[in-house]
Amino acid sequence: MKKTIITVVGKDSVGIIAKVCTYLADNQINILDISQTIVQGYFNMMMIVEENNCTKEFKVYAGELEKLGEEIGVSIRVQHEEIFNQMHRI
Amino acid sequence: MININEVIETNKMILEENLDVRTITLGISLLDCTGGTLEEVCDKIYKKITTTAKDLVKTGQDIEREYGIPIVNKRISITPISLVGGSVCKSSDDFVKIAKVLDKAAKEVGVNFIGGYSALVSKGMTQADEYLIRSIPKALAETEMVCSSVNVGSTKTGINMDAVKLIGEIILETAELTKENDSLGCAKFVVFCNAPDDNPFMAGAFHGVTEADAIINVGVSGPGVVKRALEQVRGANFEVLCETIKKTAFKVTRVGQLVAQEASKRLGIPFGIIDLSLAPTPAVGDSVGEILEEIGLEYAGAPGTTAALALLNDQVKKGGVMASSYVGGLSGAFIPVSEDQRMIDAVEANALSLEKLEAMTCVCSVGLDMIAIPGDTKATTISGIIADEMAIGMVNQKTTAVRVIPAKGKSVGDSVEFGGLLGYAPVMKVNPYSCDAFINRGGRIPAPIHSFKN
Repeated sequence: MKKTIITVVGKDSVGIIAKVCTYLADNQINILDISQTIVQGYFNMMMIVEENNCTKEFKVYAGELEKLGEEIGVSIRVQHEEIFNQMHRI
Repeated sequence: MININEVIETNKMILEENLDVRTITLGISLLDCTGGTLEEVCDKIYKKITTTAKDLVKTGQDIEREYGIPIVNKRISITPISLVGGSVCKSSDDFVKIAKVLDKAAKEVGVNFIGGYSALVSKGMTQADEYLIRSIPKALAETEMVCSSVNVGSTKTGINMDAVKLIGEIILETAELTKENDSLGCAKFVVFCNAPDDNPFMAGAFHGVTEADAIINVGVSGPGVVKRALEQVRGANFEVLCETIKKTAFKVTRVGQLVAQEASKRLGIPFGIIDLSLAPTPAVGDSVGEILEEIGLEYAGAPGTTAALALLNDQVKKGGVMASSYVGGLSGAFIPVSEDQRMIDAVEANALSLEKLEAMTCVCSVGLDMIAIPGDTKATTISGIIADEMAIGMVNQKTTAVRVIPAKGKSVGDSVEFGGLLGYAPVMKVNPYSCDAFINRGGRIPAPIHSFKN
């Protein structure tokens, strides 16, 4: 089962998580884990999600999420989990 | 499960420290593309390349999208053309026709470069090899994507000095034919000793005759990542320094391994090797020279540079080997001048000379790379520079290479501008004394003995 990592980085403001979560819920993308931290004054959020029931192709919803990020003034990246596993786990 | 700090670290490497996969290179054997006539061979070559590589660029782009890692180049390497065209090419112009077909095929599939307009002449030249070598200036002037290489020596065979002499002349001719573009043709040509069969990097990539029909080789990079990691251990001892480089190289290489495996799976083409290389680009913060400075040198070229480079190269290999199932190619730190902003700065500050660069190539991959020399340098002098570098490779059982650019109409103090990943290069001083009588002897230097190591 492929998992996807969504990262949101930007200036903190009201409703960032709500907007991202709404998009995910609307597209049947299940959130497995959320964590967040502040790095050098910037809001950093990571979500691990599962897209099994999502009807949209990866590049379509990744593109839409990035666009959503632009609208709310944060940077959203969508990446398959494997790149992080490869780099940080032997 | 992956935690947020690991995610932030990886994305910082990609977004701020120029971590990328430098190239996915698809090696394609053209040994089955022989035929009765030149036209038939050209047709077969075109078909084979455009069928085998048709999904290469798209697959690369998909992987970039899904993992969020830039893959800078998608390239093709092919069987040395002197072998493929040998039976039908009766002149240098015949070989140029094949070069144009390669160029067309590369454009059709959308790759950045195609390498393998090559000849392997480490012991002797066939007539076809000679035609191909003599065709190189025209082939490189009349094509855009084609890269060429010639292997003129090896530890097992010695150095073919006839070929070295000829190539000095060929490099000058290439510079002349492409003088309108700052002698750009020479940037697409490299001469090797101990050339590897599975090198994914240009200009020297070709698909060796020992390889399978098609294969995926990946070159990783990440000088910026190493530099940033070393900033955290300023003043620490060599043990800490080396461990830091090793760990960083491991992480960088793992990304290459992932990309190679994915590309291999999606294209249905076996995975060959990862080339563990610190390959700089002219971008600020993507420089091997900067790593040398971070290790503790005022400029690359200062006393201590060879030792610093030796340890850097070795730690990159130690970290990278563990991260990949197969390692090959050139694997090491590249020290091109034009493609590395801090190396350019070192030359301009008179900290780095051609002779010091030569010494540095004894301990790293690959050789005298992307060095501009005065346009009026004699052919025999270029051959002498090549012979020196080949001797280092031959005796030390390593790959060495020379890619020099005689900048037509320019002299020391001027610079040449190639643009893009090739950057710009200050013209470097060449030792003015002659080696005519040495180069004009002809014949070959015998293979060295491998006992009595001193």
